[in-house]
Amino acid sequence: MGVPELLQFVVSGLKNGAIYALIALGFSLVYSATGVINFAQGEFYMLGGMVAVWAMRSLGLPLLAAVPAAVVVTVAVGALVERLALRPRRFEPPLVLIIITIGVSMVLQSLARHLFGPDELALPAFTPGPSVVVLGAAIERQTLWVWGLTAVALIVLWLIYTRTKLGLAMRATAVSHDASRLVGVDTARVVMVVFALAAALGALAGVAVAPLTQTAYDVGARIGLKGFAAAILGGLGGPVAAVVGGLVLGLVESLSVAFISSTYKDAIALVLLLAVLFLKPSGLFGRSSREKV
Amino acid sequence: MTTEVSTGSAPLLVVEGLHAGYGHVPVLRGVDLHVSAGEIVTLVGANGAGKSTLLKTIVGLVHATRGRVVYDGQDATRTLPERAVRAGLALVPEGRMLFGPLTVEENLRLGAFARRGAPDPEDFERVFVLFPVLRERLGQTASTLSGGEQQMLAIGRALMSRPRLLLLDEPSLGLAPKVIAEIFGTLDRLRTDGLTVLLVEQDVKIALRHADRGYVMRTGAIAHSGSAKDLLADDHVRHIYLGAWDDTSASSNPPQARTGSVTP
Repeated sequence: MGVPELLQFVVSGLKNGAIYALIALGFSLVYSATGVINFAQGEFYMLGGMVAVWAMRSLGLPLLAAVPAAVVVTVAVGALVERLALRPRRFEPPLVLIIITIGVSMVLQSLARHLFGPDELALPAFTPGPSVVVLGAAIERQTLWVWGLTAVALIVLWLIYTRTKLGLAMRATAVSHDASRLVGVDTARVVMVVFALAAALGALAGVAVAPLTQTAYDVGARIGLKGFAAAILGGLGGPVAAVVGGLVLGLVESLSVAFISSTYKDAIALVLLLAVLFLKPSGLFGRSSREKV
Repeated sequence: MTTEVSTGSAPLLVVEGLHAGYGHVPVLRGVDLHVSAGEIVTLVGANGAGKSTLLKTIVGLVHATRGRVVYDGQDATRTLPERAVRAGLALVPEGRMLFGPLTVEENLRLGAFARRGAPDPEDFERVFVLFPVLRERLGQTASTLSGGEQQMLAIGRALMSRPRLLLLDEPSLGLAPKVIAEIFGTLDRLRTDGLTVLLVEQDVKIALRHADRGYVMRTGAIAHSGSAKDLLADDHVRHIYLGAWDDTSASSNPPQARTGSVTP
């Protein structure tokens, strides 16, 4: 295999990796704020793509309006999921809440099937045109959008976390709800904002990749699993770990296609997930347990 | 059941017949007490008597099942903790509950979270005057501080909210005698500035020495109360509830409370 071919696999791996990173980040944000694995995270991805297609077809919105509209709608759904499904049970053990998110995931998927139909749908490319060729590897323009939007999302998220009072409240909430409430942080609202952010990341991933892969009401489960594997790979240890976990998973998948067989592509995430859980449950960056005072 | 001599001013905090617990396990069984503005009142008693639970119930971290909490003339029984701090009630909780992975500065900024906008530089200064070591530690994460520094940070964080009533849970726990003396010295200074304090301590002797009045708690209710001086002198209270700190009686009758082993 020559350099261009190998590079082509790397491009593909980093494209999927960026998507996994956004989903993993959604898992990681919610987990650190609540101790809950939100199994509805994949549905946010599904909603991003589906709502955008629906807004174009049924409402006649231009792509430029349909994309942000899809993100906004999904953010609202994310906030509502927290408010209606999780908050009433927020003092229950995490396992109860995790089961609730599985239920939410089923509900969202059924609703999507009812509203948008059972068919695969496609979103047009954001900027149509020929691929960009770099060192013999072709990079689709939409892939550049995926990378660009991922980068913007990461920067915005980083600014929120490090530069704003809300971000400080989020980091405090991740350490201890009780301590945060004692200093005046409304942790219930922080958790709602975190769900909204996680939904935004999922929707962004879904809408950015929809022109490349098509979308349907049931795409959430698969991507949710990938994102979950990426988050576990990063040890659920924070935003950077989640992003690295996503990129690593994307690359490993893609290179396994190059060197083994495309048959096993989807199994790779599961194998990696199990390997991490068996061998190094604290993730690639393995602090053995979270430090608390 | 408490018969208090009126202190003249209207109490800042009144607790009446308060019941609370965890799940179906009752911890507080009808607590009555009051704290007047400007007082340092201490609450002593054995482990498990319900002292920490009482403080948590006052700020709303634990739900009251019966009875009332009245703060500054307003019913505050159902107030949420995030609201209580806005009303001027700050709790320095059991075990300090610092934000370990965050820096000292971030912990202090979070202390002022309930106030509008960015924290006032004056508030930082006030904390640094009380605890100069915190200024040197600003960029360090809270988890890297020594026990004494962590306690100072916990108190400093609470002061950042400009409280009127400070609820202090076991500030001496696990600290060296010298550090304990420093922290109680700070309490005296805060009282001079007009802060009102409700102090929970297992170190009965030092607590009563710095307080105006004291309550002795036993199995979820107030068993004794009085001026700190009287409680210190009361042989009965001293022997039965506080644990005797005289070597002679301590050996013959193991006290329920930890004795004042850190004081000479």
